[in-house]
Amino acid sequence: MGAFALRTLSARNLELLNLLVVGILTGLGFASVYIARSEVVSPQSLTYAAFFLGLYLIAHVVARLTVPHADPYLLPLAGFLTAVGVTEIYRLNPDDAFRQGLWVVIGVALFAATLYALRVDFRRLESYKYVIGLGALVLLVMPAVPGIGREINGARLWVGIGPLQFQPGEFAKILMIVFLAGYLREKREVLAQGRLKDFGPLLLIWGGAMAVLVQTNDLGSGLLYFGIFLGMLYAATSRFVFVAGGMGLFLAGSAFVYQVVPRVQERVSNWLDPWPHASDTAYQLVQSLFAIAFGGFAGTGLGRGTFTDADGHVLIPYLNTDFIYAALAHELGLVGIAAVLLVYMLFVSRGFRIAMLSQDGFSKLLAVGLTFSFALQTFIIVGGVLRLIPLTGITLPFVSYGGSSLLANFVLLAGLLLVSNRANAPR
Amino acid sequence: MNAAISRVAVFALVLMGALIVATTYWQAWAAPGLNDRKENAIQRVAQFTIERGRIYASDGRTVLAENRTQRVSGKTLYFRRYPQRGLAAHVVGYSTQVRFRTGLEQSLNDFLTGANANLATVLDTTLDKLKGTHVTGNDVVLTLDARAQRVALNALGPRCGAAVALDPQSGAVLVMASSPTYDPNLAEEHFNRINRRARAQCVRPDPLFNRATAGAFVPGSTFKVVTASAALESGHWNMRSTFVDPGYCEEYGKRVNNFDTSSPFGTVTLHQAVQYSINSVFCNIGKTLGPAPIVEQMKDFGFYSLPPLETPAGERRISGLYKKGRPFEPTDSTQVDPGRLAFGQAELQVTPMQMAMAVAAIGNRGVLMRPHVVDRVVSPAGKTVTRTKKEALGNVMSAPNASELTAAMEDVVRAGTGTNAQIPGVRIAGKTGTAETGVEGRNMTAFVCFAPVGAPRVAIAVMLENQTGVGGTTAAPIAKQVLEALLRRGP
Repeated sequence: MGAFALRTLSARNLELLNLLVVGILTGLGFASVYIARSEVVSPQSLTYAAFFLGLYLIAHVVARLTVPHADPYLLPLAGFLTAVGVTEIYRLNPDDAFRQGLWVVIGVALFAATLYALRVDFRRLESYKYVIGLGALVLLVMPAVPGIGREINGARLWVGIGPLQFQPGEFAKILMIVFLAGYLREKREVLAQGRLKDFGPLLLIWGGAMAVLVQTNDLGSGLLYFGIFLGMLYAATSRFVFVAGGMGLFLAGSAFVYQVVPRVQERVSNWLDPWPHASDTAYQLVQSLFAIAFGGFAGTGLGRGTFTDADGHVLIPYLNTDFIYAALAHELGLVGIAAVLLVYMLFVSRGFRIAMLSQDGFSKLLAVGLTFSFALQTFIIVGGVLRLIPLTGITLPFVSYGGSSLLANFVLLAGLLLVSNRANAPR
Repeated sequence: MNAAISRVAVFALVLMGALIVATTYWQAWAAPGLNDRKENAIQRVAQFTIERGRIYASDGRTVLAENRTQRVSGKTLYFRRYPQRGLAAHVVGYSTQVRFRTGLEQSLNDFLTGANANLATVLDTTLDKLKGTHVTGNDVVLTLDARAQRVALNALGPRCGAAVALDPQSGAVLVMASSPTYDPNLAEEHFNRINRRARAQCVRPDPLFNRATAGAFVPGSTFKVVTASAALESGHWNMRSTFVDPGYCEEYGKRVNNFDTSSPFGTVTLHQAVQYSINSVFCNIGKTLGPAPIVEQMKDFGFYSLPPLETPAGERRISGLYKKGRPFEPTDSTQVDPGRLAFGQAELQVTPMQMAMAVAAIGNRGVLMRPHVVDRVVSPAGKTVTRTKKEALGNVMSAPNASELTAAMEDVVRAGTGTNAQIPGVRIAGKTGTAETGVEGRNMTAFVCFAPVGAPRVAIAVMLENQTGVGGTTAAPIAKQVLEALLRRGP
């Protein structure tokens, strides 16, 4: 009966229903943190949950007006992940949660603006692909520009103007996906033939990824950009040789970078065996593994984890950004964190489903690019924390504390909804 | 294009699936190992949100370890306090933030923090966790007799050494005193003050070192009880077998003198050889037997394996022959001098714990009981979680041989080298030992005994470093005081 009822609901009503479930979960999460930490946090902060739900209801209304046929699960899934992130950030530091809340406000505004601007036909982006590609390039090199570029924690990923700073790479990523979707849609037949001269652009992009890697001092961003490119290239051409060749090139490039950049060597050796450096360079990684292990099956419960020592000093630096996964695994346990990972998987599956349902090549490639970038980014940061791959400091989509990442993900979400709306629209 | 997209999708989902697998690995498979690592800062802090169980002496009232609470940023933390200070420091150990844990505080951590998966308590702790109230650990009651422990520490006084007393019939450790001792209350913040108490004249000056279970003592003539057991068990000799003592023993053409070379005893029985500790007799037994049967007998007594006790394995030591810092089992006479082995010189290194186990087995009609220092673990609700059952580790020698040897050891105390241990009205069987270290006034002395003969309730080993006297004058009086303290208590 329930299944029947759900089937008869329209996509947007289903979305609203899902959002209400997310709202209830958010309220419970905040309440749990409040109960556990009532001595430290004020009761007013409980209104965050309501405020948060309100924002997502606004996003829902915008979706109702602009993309009525879009997938009904993506927005609630993103809402759930944002809620998990804000709750954990709130638990770690209520002031940060307030700031993150403000970023959600701007994110929803950007989400609404994107949907509104492209509501008629997002495919006109295709004709601006070179401008967009150029834009991606400009954003990518911005941190290297003296004066505005900033290096934080050894990685040059930031641009700062006065007190404001953001990571242009997060937006460059999305622009690059739009560019690649347009470019690959146009060239896919030619590329699939595999003539040598058509590899020019491929090598160019490889060179670009390497440049980013060297410039930012960060293996993770390079891997992310290049991985997105390879994923989209494969989707466009179905030629596995390209992927293999591209990976070979990337490995060769990484081997070179490994020789040159000591920071990368340190990350790799800490990945292979962190224990000799458990008290210095691998301290964060090791303590984060301890935090995860301590969570066990059921976790300590939201708000009940141990993140400071007896004197109140923080045990793991960057807990609310790079290592938020460890904090969540610690407090939610295997049961809870597996649920969070399943939400990521659901989001990813819905994204690929949209790609398959779309009719035209540009839409398909755009959806594949956006979805795959989301999946790959999640894998790179969580895999790094779990010591599956060398650790690199990138954000966990929708969950980590940080404005740039959150805004970019709202745009990504809007993009997927736009593609989905078009694919599902009655003809 | 959809076929390619679905392959990309599968790849992406496999990546995400790998994250779930990896998380499961860390949270389920690897978690116990990680939680026990010393580097684990979270564990170090989280341990202090648990109200650790108390540790009591055998009377169930004398508190050896308890908590003091402290509020830190909205959390109640529990830190350790040791009201009896150095009384049982080497057994109980300490639990601190900065120095991790030692002793039973380390090895019984799961019980003390309520983390042990026992049906009786696991439900309670899980409910506590869900309710958000703090976890309360289990209390531990030891077999140590607080009063006798104090007597032993006082008797050891400024000397470097240790005294161990066991109940021969159950294996319960009644006294385990290591001197110098230390105040575990200092471990958290004033660790340096512990080492200020170090005694330079000790083989290891470190006061934290548990000499009772990890000290390397040369047993000297106390080892003759082991050789005598091997001799009796071999069937070649009984206690009435006669030997001629020329005052020395000829080995590889060289004379090894008796301890007291003033006058040879002439023709003596094995009984007399034990009573007067005649080296030449044991030397000849050793030469006749060869090392293999003696090593076999040692293994029966528990030598060559870690004494099974609840303290951390790293705080216990294997007793036996040592070569280049490692236990070594000779198989024939080319590898060790069996004559010197027989009277306890050679390269023997033993712990007081092991020697106490040996005499306890002789006293208990040849049956060695598993030593234990934990009597029971009690849940916060007062239920007994586990109680140590007495368990025989094996038959060391036949009951008739044990009682023959006991008779000779009784004469050691009655009219032999161990008269200083006499207590009026109590039948005591004992054996003295003195090992020269080559430096004048640097003898290692020892006394082992059990009492009352027939129905022994106490077996004791006292071993001392750096003594100018012999076992009968230095170690035996200490053993006597401990024995008196233990025999005076109720059965």
